[in-house]
Amino acid sequence: MLKRNFLGFAAAALMALGLGGPVAAQDDFIIVQSTTSTQNSGLFDYILPMFADKTGIEVRVVAVGTGQAIKNARNGDGDVLFVHAKPAEEKFVADGEGVSRADVMFNDFVIVGPDSDPAEVGGMSDVVAAMTRIAEAKAPFASRGDDSGTHKAELSLWDEAGVDVAAASGDWYRETGSGMGATLNTGTGMDAYIMTDRATWISFGNKGDYKILVEGDDKLFNQYGIILVNPEKHPNVKAELGQQFIDWVLSEEGQNAIASFKVDGQQLFFPNADKV
Amino acid sequence: MESFSTILAEAFGLILSGDQAVIDIILLSLRVTLTAVGLACLIGLPLGALVGAFRFPLRTAVIVTMNTMMGLPPVVVGLVVYLMLSAAGPLGPLALLYTATAMIIAQTILVTPIVAALTRQVIEDLHGEYAEQFASLGVGPVRRIRALLWDARYSLLTVALAGFGRAAAEVGAVIIVGGNINHVTRVMTTTIALETSKGNLQLALALGLVLLTIAVVVNGLVYAIRGSAARAAYA
Repeated sequence: MLKRNFLGFAAAALMALGLGGPVAAQDDFIIVQSTTSTQNSGLFDYILPMFADKTGIEVRVVAVGTGQAIKNARNGDGDVLFVHAKPAEEKFVADGEGVSRADVMFNDFVIVGPDSDPAEVGGMSDVVAAMTRIAEAKAPFASRGDDSGTHKAELSLWDEAGVDVAAASGDWYRETGSGMGATLNTGTGMDAYIMTDRATWISFGNKGDYKILVEGDDKLFNQYGIILVNPEKHPNVKAELGQQFIDWVLSEEGQNAIASFKVDGQQLFFPNADKV
Repeated sequence: MESFSTILAEAFGLILSGDQAVIDIILLSLRVTLTAVGLACLIGLPLGALVGAFRFPLRTAVIVTMNTMMGLPPVVVGLVVYLMLSAAGPLGPLALLYTATAMIIAQTILVTPIVAALTRQVIEDLHGEYAEQFASLGVGPVRRIRALLWDARYSLLTVALAGFGRAAAEVGAVIIVGGNINHVTRVMTTTIALETSKGNLQLALALGLVLLTIAVVVNGLVYAIRGSAARAAYA
């Protein structure tokens, strides 16, 4: 008898917990594949409630590296792609995976390093020269190594500096293979230079004695774009809701929302959608 | 780095503050993990008992497989479930990716081998004691399994707790299939990973202590139930 009670209890408990179903019984939601920099800085937590208040559409953000976000979107696992690697984004659209691409906003990359600055790059504004100097000094450099937008941008700068980082991998060049925050945690732990987007850096909580050493080069420009995943290729895409979100982000209201997002009094992202 | 006592204070502050966001995350964690452990027990207990109590061809291979699968890396389980549930995958039309259900599926796959393998060992040992009696009384296979599972119930509670520990602590599977979406699929472990990546190490550690506290409460409750049930049995 006791056993039957126990089984009944277990079944009831399972049912009470609910085997499935979304937490919020809300059908009006879209999935946005985006990047860790927008998520970790708190931008989405700031602007998405405004959009939800206006339209009733809930935006669910999956924050991964740009490379993985694009792969997920290629599988049709998302309605909107919101990332920062323009060549890869344009290829995504050219391959018929996305409908069209629009500029949303920009920020910039910076190189941070320890106060001791072993390669003496502090204050330089020519990023390629600074990276050449880091390579010559064989000073530790922590790279994302994860095919993210930041990683792609960093690799093209090494390329321009004529440094073969693949040969130095495991020596002074250290690929963490993880997100921006994790790379900052790892890099600061081994006194390595790190290239990061400014937004993640400003909102990062474990800076130690690190500071921004190299900034202000045009080559450190970091453009974000937004793309509707192609509903003709992926029939499950909620094209209408996704387009509403894109339209809002590119509208004056959305752009103002992005501009008004500040951490410690600093603006992190600068809207630059084409005003049509 | 702040002192450990500050972190402790922050952890209990988090629990006591009753912050709705934190409570939602805790409840979702419990819902996902307990459902997964429940399902794993529904599958793993009978399966483990069958393998433990009976002889059949390739039994050794089955046991080795079950024992090996106890070590399934969560990330691998997450990837396999992702590929199944992805819109491009065979189960894509179910639209389960990035939902709590997807996390339950992944954790069930992770926990079932643990429950099955440990149950097999418990039941096999017990069956060694009971085998002659079963034979002399002519007890059929279904009643054997029932009797064995029932008599081993206290050991099996510990088996279930081992499964709970595994599910409650893992982050690799749920972050891939759940996507760590705020208010939808964000659980304790993915929040800890997120706060760590934001460099908020104190908050991350405080959340870790909250998770540990929940584990203590769950284990304490199970122990209390077990104690009162045992007393009732002797009364």
